[in-house]
Amino acid sequence: MAATNTHEAIETVFRIERARLIAGLARMVRDVGLAEELAQDGLVTALSDWPKMGVPRNPGAWLMAAAKRRALDGFRRTKMLARKHAELVRDLEGEQDTSVEDIESAMDDDVGDELLSLIFIACHPVLSTEARAALTLRLIGGLTTGEIARAFLSNEATIAQRIVRAKKTLGNARLTFEVPRGREREERIGSVLEVIYLIFNEGYAATVGQDLIRPALCGEAQRLGRILAGLAPEEPEVFGLLALMEIQASRLAARTGPDGSLVPLTEQNRARWDRVLIRSGLAALERAEALGGADGPYALQAALAACHARARKVEETDWHQIAGLYDRLQAVLPSPVVDLNRAVAHSMAFGPEVGLTLLEGIDRSPALRNYAPLPAAFGDFLFRAGRLSEAKIHFERAADLTSNEREKAFLLRRAAACADGR
Amino acid sequence: MRVMVLVKATKDSEEGLMPSTTLLEAMGKYNEELVNAGIMLAGEGLKPSAQGKRVAFEGPSRTVVDGPFAETRELVAGFWLWQVRDMAEAVEWVKRCPNPMPGPSEIEIRPVYEMADFAEALTPEVAELHDRNREKTARR
Repeated sequence: MAATNTHEAIETVFRIERARLIAGLARMVRDVGLAEELAQDGLVTALSDWPKMGVPRNPGAWLMAAAKRRALDGFRRTKMLARKHAELVRDLEGEQDTSVEDIESAMDDDVGDELLSLIFIACHPVLSTEARAALTLRLIGGLTTGEIARAFLSNEATIAQRIVRAKKTLGNARLTFEVPRGREREERIGSVLEVIYLIFNEGYAATVGQDLIRPALCGEAQRLGRILAGLAPEEPEVFGLLALMEIQASRLAARTGPDGSLVPLTEQNRARWDRVLIRSGLAALERAEALGGADGPYALQAALAACHARARKVEETDWHQIAGLYDRLQAVLPSPVVDLNRAVAHSMAFGPEVGLTLLEGIDRSPALRNYAPLPAAFGDFLFRAGRLSEAKIHFERAADLTSNEREKAFLLRRAAACADGR
Repeated sequence: MRVMVLVKATKDSEEGLMPSTTLLEAMGKYNEELVNAGIMLAGEGLKPSAQGKRVAFEGPSRTVVDGPFAETRELVAGFWLWQVRDMAEAVEWVKRCPNPMPGPSEIEIRPVYEMADFAEALTPEVAELHDRNREKTARR
């Protein structure tokens, strides 16, 4: 019993320290895969030593010291002749006498930079987005390949291979393990945010009854976002994305009905929105705006989500503000779906005729050809403009296009209301 | 999962003794670590129970009782709300907390109920009833 408890405690300590450990080792050996193996070696050493000596006071620094010794042993054993490795051995030997306390203080100084650099490496644009997501969850999130496979509805062999290939690609790319600066930093931050939001959306798309690990991806992404916010506190879009995820996640409990179908925003029971997450999302948005990032694509989407989060009742929604935000979002993130949402916002703020005029401009977009929300919007605007027979046709078309049963029933009810003349 | 981390009161905290500069500094550093690890959702310190009140329920009657309350060890002096992967992670993080009190003290970790905990017991009908009740409560 006691042994099992100690074992579990060690595994937990390792899980908490793992990302920092890999980050520090990766910068040292310039190889993510090797760094991961060395960190694992550190765990093996801890599992044999700690039950005898007790958990050390600075477990992270202890693990780092153990992993460094293993690295050195490994280099010596294989007698690598390459100059790079000879230099590395010299560096490592120079550090050999350093105490755990020295390593600890060094870790405290560098860890932010090292962890940030590891996140940048895992999300490097030389990798496909899927590979970046898998590697990030593995290296930073500490998920097993099996968990990642289940989360992405894939099989373990595929994910394992994806991660191995990604590490190889990174190795071949001869990357520097420094945090990028200037213009490059901006692009690379974009790549990191894209990966985190992809992980979040994968979790958000999970449906009720599926493996719980899928919705848990939202939590993983939020955690990554919060960690990143701590590491890059001057990047407005980091806070923009964090705000967007926190506010969207605040609605997770309210957005599915008892039968598991999706409940649209306007129909949700707002008493079930998570106030803790809304508060933290609004704070992150405020930070993004204070950093001068109010017009970043993530910050604008967060600001839109915030408008809904602030309205305790649907009727309190500030559609004028939402319409204005969509105007700005359209400028920085043009897409037919944004155009459509903008038309809806304008119709709510300025009347159905305004909405109809805006819709006329976009209804030929191929991306929207079979997109139920488009005819649903037409139906709604026409209905509100009193053109009931035209509205009915559009509601029926929207009902045909949607695969969500609850939404279909809702649209057919609206179509029936047109026929009743109500 | 979410956990509520409860810092239990002591004689000192009940007397309103303010933490030392050293402790404030250590706590600040610890809180920063919690934020940077992405687990901190909320946290506050509570004033002594002398400034608190209790409402006792019995049938339809409601009796207001003024603090302070006697059973010091059972009182709460502060709390955090954390998002962690599991209980073991919460325990490890609590171990890293500086002792919040000048003398011996205790921190309690309690998991928060989540919808998934009810998933099996909750039929769609009951879930909807539950929803309606919550909605009514919120309107009150």
